[in-house]
Amino acid sequence: MLSFTLSKANDVAGAVNEVTSKKEANFIAGGTNLLDLMKIDVMTPRHLVDITQLALKTIDGNEAGGLRLGALATNAETAYHNEVEKRYPVLSHAILAGASAQLRNMATDGGNLMQRTRCYYFYDLATPCNKREPGSGCSAINGFNRIHAILGQSEACIATHPSDMCVALAALDAKVNVTGKNGDRTIPFLEFHRLPGDKPELDNNLQPDEIITSIDLPANGFADNFAYIKVRDRASYAFALVSVAAALEMEGDTIKEARLALGGVAHKPWRKPEAEANLKDQKATKGNFQKIAEAYLEGAKGYEHNSFKIELAKRAIVRALSQAAHLEEKEQA
Amino acid sequence: MEEQKANKEGQSEQPHNDTRRDFLKQSSLLTALVLTPPTVFNAAAARLDEKVAEKFEKVPVTLEINRVKQKLSVEPRVTLLDLLREQLNLTGTKKGCDYGQCGACTVHVDGVRVNSCLTFAVMLDGKKITTIEGLAEGDELHPMQQAFIKHDGFQCGYCTPGQIMSAVACVREGHANSEAEIREYMSGNICRCGAYPNIVKAIQEVKNGGQKV
Ligand SMILES: Cc1cc2nc3c(=O)[nH]c(=O)nc-3n(C[C@H](O)[C@H](O)[C@H](O)COP(=O)(O)OP(=O)(O)OC[C@H]3O[C@@H](n4cnc5c(N)ncnc54)[C@H](O)[C@@H]3O)c2cc1C
Ligand code: SF4
Ligand code: FES
Ligand code: FES
Repeated sequence: MLSFTLSKANDVAGAVNEVTSKKEANFIAGGTNLLDLMKIDVMTPRHLVDITQLALKTIDGNEAGGLRLGALATNAETAYHNEVEKRYPVLSHAILAGASAQLRNMATDGGNLMQRTRCYYFYDLATPCNKREPGSGCSAINGFNRIHAILGQSEACIATHPSDMCVALAALDAKVNVTGKNGDRTIPFLEFHRLPGDKPELDNNLQPDEIITSIDLPANGFADNFAYIKVRDRASYAFALVSVAAALEMEGDTIKEARLALGGVAHKPWRKPEAEANLKDQKATKGNFQKIAEAYLEGAKGYEHNSFKIELAKRAIVRALSQAAHLEEKEQA
Repeated sequence: MEEQKANKEGQSEQPHNDTRRDFLKQSSLLTALVLTPPTVFNAAAARLDEKVAEKFEKVPVTLEINRVKQKLSVEPRVTLLDLLREQLNLTGTKKGCDYGQCGACTVHVDGVRVNSCLTFAVMLDGKKITTIEGLAEGDELHPMQQAFIKHDGFQCGYCTPGQIMSAVACVREGHANSEAEIREYMSGNICRCGAYPNIVKAIQEVKNGGQKV
């Protein structure tokens, strides 16, 4: 690892000031993604701004009647928070489906949003990768692409965003509060991460001078009808091949509102609100769930090793919606 | 052998007397200079500046490790795992992968289990660290250590310190209520020898024995 200097930020303005005034500077929170990437020289910051002392750890009610998650609350604190468990169980389940108990104790909510892809070539300095080195080419398109994207990818990059937490946040229509040199702004969750297009080096729309301060959850947490399904190569401690967050608002067996977000299939958590809208006022049946599954995967494109994800995603959608509507039991550890 | 060398070096490394280490560092630096052709030397000049500068970049940090307060001086890029093993002679904590993927390096920071390989030591100023060496009370093994012995919860033993630190936390967190739950909450600790069934038994015994962990 290259040597670097480190400073501790005492307040948000100080953190923004440090990261903009120092050359090649990065924030560091839990460190679980950054250390990983620094050890292999994929990320080579020369200065780190330690933001773990900032007063952004609380989880509290917000003006909208929802909940505000401090950017420095850990994934574990968030998943086990009373209000999150009670009102936003889909978020709790998604977080607990990710990483390990140790990592969730370290990982922060802000850092989870910012974690980078697990594409093998991104991690391997010996191979071309447009995300790591713009213009060098994409090794995955014709390489081993089992974990890669089937939706929204580009010729330049077929990487996926690996987070579980973000899939639930996308389904919940969360908002990301950030502060930069020019003040505060709020980014709707679906606009936070981006598709690769011809700039795969950019994972999201956060600007270099901006820090995430909190994440707002709206009032409706879909606590009665939800499911998070994660399909992976082993039962625990593995990233998703496909994951689905499903949340329904029901009246009897009629759906009033449906939310469906997919993980492991695209450069960002995948939602298709126009397809969700088709479930409104429909009965909760497997037939209707199959229809929305087809609509979600319309236009999906697989590669040599990941075409299986298309059918897998459809089945996971039907299962998640069936569990959310209580047509099927949840299988939980 | 490697490990011993590192330890010796580590032991002598107090803030006030790291002269031997510095001398070695400098002398190898000088040897490098002598052996390097001038062209490469010019290209590498910036890099050498950096090496020399590093020596001034150690940061003071106070940690309470296994109930003993220690004032240390550490480079920012040193992980808690490397600090423990290579500078403090606490080699009970193991390096399995160094990337958060195996759990061999699990320790408690302020009572919470974490992967010491993914933590910079300088970010832990003022915190309490407990490693496997700090679990026993004098000669009295911790109940989890006893249970691992009783149930043969290991084969080669390399993952064991991490397993035990994680297992203690698992019980304290209240996540040891069934075999399935233990397996899920211990999934951050990989055992290459496959001692899992016995590890689960050891944890269940401690949990059901109701001893204070
Ligand atoms: C072995 C392993 C398995 C894992 N498995 C899973 C899994 O199954 N599912 C899953 O979802 N995740 C998984 N993770 C990823 C883990 O969840 C992330 O690494 C973690 O959430 C990152 O948070 P952090 O606080 O440690 O971030 P850091 O490593 O501290 O930072 C990551 C990046 O975010 C930036 N950053 C951090 N905080 C802020 C902020 N407030 N504002 C702006 N920028 C910020 C940093 O500058 C850095 O670039 C796994 C990780 C490992 C190592
Ligand atoms: S998929 Fe993206 S991250 Fe992976 S090699 Fe291609 S450009 Fe790099
Ligand atoms: S050495 Fe830290 S998790 Fe493997
Ligand atoms: S006992 Fe050998 S790795 Fe677990």
